[in-house]
Amino acid sequence: MPMEQSDHIVRSYDEQLKRLRDMVARMGGLAERQVNDAAVALTRRDAAMASEVIARDAALDQMEREIEAFCIRILATRQPMAIDLRIIVAAMKVSHNLERIGDYARNAAKRSIVVAQQPVIGSLNGFTRMARLVQENLKLAIDALVNDDAEAAQRVWAADEPVDDVYNGIFRELLTFMMEDPRNITAATHLLFIAKNLERIGDHATNIAETIHYAVRGDNLPEDRPKSDSSAYAVVRPRE
Amino acid sequence: MGSTDIAAADTNFGGMQARSAEAINTTSRISVRNLDFYYGANKALKSINLELPDRQVTGMIGPSGCGKSTLLRVLNRMYSLYPGQRAEGEVLMDGRNMIGGDVDLNELRSKIGMVFQKPTPFPMTIYDNIAFGIKLHEKLSKSEMDDRVEWALSRAAIWGEVKDRLQTSAMGLSGGQQQRLCIARSIAVRPDVMLFDEPTSALDPISTLKIEELIDELKRDFTICIVTHNMQQAARCADQVAFFYLGELVEVAPAARMFTAPKELRTQEYITGRFG
Repeated sequence: MPMEQSDHIVRSYDEQLKRLRDMVARMGGLAERQVNDAAVALTRRDAAMASEVIARDAALDQMEREIEAFCIRILATRQPMAIDLRIIVAAMKVSHNLERIGDYARNAAKRSIVVAQQPVIGSLNGFTRMARLVQENLKLAIDALVNDDAEAAQRVWAADEPVDDVYNGIFRELLTFMMEDPRNITAATHLLFIAKNLERIGDHATNIAETIHYAVRGDNLPEDRPKSDSSAYAVVRPRE
Repeated sequence: MGSTDIAAADTNFGGMQARSAEAINTTSRISVRNLDFYYGANKALKSINLELPDRQVTGMIGPSGCGKSTLLRVLNRMYSLYPGQRAEGEVLMDGRNMIGGDVDLNELRSKIGMVFQKPTPFPMTIYDNIAFGIKLHEKLSKSEMDDRVEWALSRAAIWGEVKDRLQTSAMGLSGGQQQRLCIARSIAVRPDVMLFDEPTSALDPISTLKIEELIDELKRDFTICIVTHNMQQAARCADQVAFFYLGELVEVAPAARMFTAPKELRTQEYITGRFG
């Protein structure tokens, strides 16, 4: 329920808040692209593309710093209240989450360069699927911010389970490959980390959704989010 | 789960200040019930219901003409000076209707003190400014009076600045000092409730902070109600905030919630600077 807000009496305040949203939306767009490109670089074994992802991460870091500095300036000069205050705090938190997402994408890209030099093991369909899921969630979360849509944010928040399911599948599959042939261990270990990176990106997308829900509505989502990452308890028995 | 154990063991994490601040003292000192107020034919307050929690600060905010100062003036019957102004409803304190006919005005004013926007020292010495009000209500010996004057000036955080010049004129004090003197004069008769009508709008920022610090200190003993145009001041000083608009009480909430997540759209628009 996006409440119909009138404009601020001071027009430059509205402009600043609009600009802040634009900045976060742009940063979100770049983070989405990083996740996408890291996954594509992996599946195509494209080291050049991976290197581009790594190089572009600095831009995300820079954006986070700019958003933070801008937020601090608005806080200091406007003493924002209520929804304005919540949006500004959310912008700072979201940009921090996006920066972390960028780090995970960069790390996945780095590892994909190593994986590309190793023999192919298994199919990478799970990775493509996982990357698509988290990217979609990320996009919906950022859209929720742009549109002040708490319901959309809540849907993203609750939609992380499929990501966990794919991650669990990848985890078990890679364990099996490693047991079958120790020569798979290098590639499988890197792939495992990449899968974990994507899974963490998904978690950050839900964090963003949570933050946006608070910003728009002013109340918190329940503490327990539906999740099904069971890899922490996974065991594969060695064959006799 | 381990994490919930830790959380359960440390329920005081961050203390009262950090919690949702829904924990407003529920014992109310003054209850305003169905209060209507008229300036002649003009209805300035419409069916106000408000509890002032005991030894807490209630902040009243709203655009000019919304009725917040009017309510303050009703609370100590300031309006009775003016013909044509009348209040209907109840202001209950200790089970008595303070705006009913049976409560003596002087008794009321000794229970409910008021501090105004502009400092209003009497043109007499600092000592006599404080002693003046006390003499109306109590018979004290010279030494008792000395003690009471010192107590009031100390509680108003101005004793150190004036103790060597008690017999000089109060008009020689700075604006901020005069305002603290007026606060001392109000608390000298030991009221239960203190009303502040924009107490810092004529003061510089440092004097303002001193008054705010003082209000924080005074709420240990007094129930306080403050009308302010300064939203940040309400956010800093008040435990509970009431938002008035066009003579209606639109929303009343703990300050922490009022300024982060108000429920009413009109409140939000006012406190974020979208209208008013």
